[in-house]
Amino acid sequence: MTGIAPRPSQSLIGRLVTSNVGSMITLAVLFAVAIVVPLLNMATPVDSPIHVPNYMLSLLGKYLCFALLALSVDLIWGYCGILSLGHGAFFALGGYAMGMYMMRQIGDRGVYGNPELPDFMVFLNWQELPWYWYGFDNFFFAMVMVALVPGILAFAFGWFAFRSRVTGVYLSIISQAMTYALMLAFFRNDMGFGGNNGLTDFKDILGFDLQADGTRAGLFVASALALITAYLVCRYLVTSRLGKVLVAIRDAENRARFIGYRVEYYRLFVFILSAVMAGIAGALYVPQVGIINPSEFTPANSIEIVIWVAVGGRGTLHGAILGAFMVNYAKSYLTGAMPEVWLFALGGLFIFVTLFMPKGVVGLVAKGSQQWQLRRRSARDLRAESDLRSEGAK
Amino acid sequence: MTRAKPELHDTILYVDGVSVSFDGFKALNNLSLYILAGELRAIIGPNGAGKTTMMDVVTGKTRPDTGDVIFNGGTDLTRMDEARIANLGIGRKFQKPTVFESQTVYDNLELALAGNRNVFSSLVFKLNGQQRDRIDEVFETISLSADRDRLAGDLSHGQKQWLEIGMLLMQDPELLLVDEPVAGMTDAETEQTAELLKSIAKSHSVVVVEHDMTFVRALAAHVTVLHEGSVLAEGTLDAVQNNEQVIEVYLGR
Ligand SMILES: Nc1ncnc2c1ncn2[C@@H]1O[C@H](COP(=O)(O)OP(=O)(O)OP(=O)(O)O)[C@@H](O)[C@H]1O
Ligand SMILES: [Mg+2]
Repeated sequence: MTGIAPRPSQSLIGRLVTSNVGSMITLAVLFAVAIVVPLLNMATPVDSPIHVPNYMLSLLGKYLCFALLALSVDLIWGYCGILSLGHGAFFALGGYAMGMYMMRQIGDRGVYGNPELPDFMVFLNWQELPWYWYGFDNFFFAMVMVALVPGILAFAFGWFAFRSRVTGVYLSIISQAMTYALMLAFFRNDMGFGGNNGLTDFKDILGFDLQADGTRAGLFVASALALITAYLVCRYLVTSRLGKVLVAIRDAENRARFIGYRVEYYRLFVFILSAVMAGIAGALYVPQVGIINPSEFTPANSIEIVIWVAVGGRGTLHGAILGAFMVNYAKSYLTGAMPEVWLFALGGLFIFVTLFMPKGVVGLVAKGSQQWQLRRRSARDLRAESDLRSEGAK
Repeated sequence: MTRAKPELHDTILYVDGVSVSFDGFKALNNLSLYILAGELRAIIGPNGAGKTTMMDVVTGKTRPDTGDVIFNGGTDLTRMDEARIANLGIGRKFQKPTVFESQTVYDNLELALAGNRNVFSSLVFKLNGQQRDRIDEVFETISLSADRDRLAGDLSHGQKQWLEIGMLLMQDPELLLVDEPVAGMTDAETEQTAELLKSIAKSHSVVVVEHDMTFVRALAAHVTVLHEGSVLAEGTLDAVQNNEQVIEVYLGR
């Protein structure tokens, strides 16, 4: 009966890293970046040709956070077919939770010198701290909130959407509505999150000066490690049976249901996980850019994340990371050189990728290398054949 | 022609007085259908007769407006959802073959393997030797052993039908509902499928919907004719083929 040998059981390292070329390259590059970039920033003289200037460090640090955000979207979109156009909301909520912690760290060093209230509350004539700010002076509590707040929102959203079987374009639209509603809410001064100015003027994090080189490098390394960890977690997930179920749900939801999988619970699980990842990305982003405001909730921001994933290659994990870096690099460059063309370029890019590169850059590379191998193999076969023939002639 | 109404506890599937309407149109009209435990039953009927809708009602996809659907002599199915019903032991093959196209044939079977469908247990799931043997066994049954590492999407239409039947077997159900299994198959494949279903029926209860009369004849099963949402006739194939009402609405077209 068992004519075919059982599949070799893989070690965990094999499963997460070495079985996948893209995974190996991604992890090697990320580890190298995590070590080399801060080193070249801190340990080389400013005029050295290999010095990484501060602005470059913080730019790359931002990209790492975006890459983590893109990864979170790829997990649900690429593997489970949930196209969220509101993931920026989870990112922003994580960012706000971190921002609230850093606001509390300012203490009496604000413009008004009020030890109890952040400046914007003093400005609004508030007398006491709203209850939902309690606890945010504690770093640990704030970090729990970074994960919990996006997670709970994702649970509430997903519970209603997935249980009532809202999918496809309808789901995308209500996710847009969600981030838009949050944007409007956070714009209001009486929400208690600083209105349209948001939270800013941060001084330090865990007692480390945010302007200090060491702190910046530390945040950079933390972002890189968060991305690496999230990547490994996602890789574990998509190579487990759960990953196969997700793809099954993406490709034939009814088939999955009728063989007994509770589709809504699987969707809910990855959606929450993805929202938490996005929240962590936001929390790492805010101290590096020094501000969080309601514009992070803009629907266009969430659409941009989806474009990063599409450009890099959906459903590959490393494609999302690559796409986030490439598109954001192009954005940094173009908004500097020709700010008015950026949005057109982004729209054009999305259309181009959708029409001509459905599997993104990663898909293109995979196809290219496959063809190259095929050509090499047939060339070798040809040579072997002619060798054989010349041998026969002898 | 119609057999006497059996006792509830003798049935694997007891559909009694079921009606379903879509925007006023009665897709099922007071349908009663009793499948005995261990039986192989063929269901025929013209397009739009309500055959697929009947399966939708049994598997939890569509809620009946009225009537009872009882599984295994005691379990009321009308309030359960698809996953629950599937886990109770009812497998269903769709009219349009539906497999997980971007995954390998092997993974398709593995996904259908009976067991815990819980999110967290799927995170740490590992195939054991016994389960591997079971997969190999089903591969033999559906004659796809050589294709185990191909993508399911690359299979021929007929092979996809077999794969889907194989997935049902992996679920280890008591009752299989098979909707048009030989649509798009060659004559040889059709014959093979009839043999396959007959051998499955030795250890399961099976309900097959099919238009192909050669196939239905090969099954040699008790036949039910549906028309406009209710049972028109029941009996052997020869008997229903000679029934005047049946000839009028269906066979004599
Ligand atoms: N979800 C639905 N909404 C509206 N009408 C429906 C729905 N499902 C089925 N119908 C209608 O109910 C009737 C019965 O359909 P059903 O699919 O059960 O027929 P069938 O016997 O399986 O036919 P076929 O041999 O063509 O597969 C048809 O007229 C169909 O149009
Ligand atoms: Mg039908």
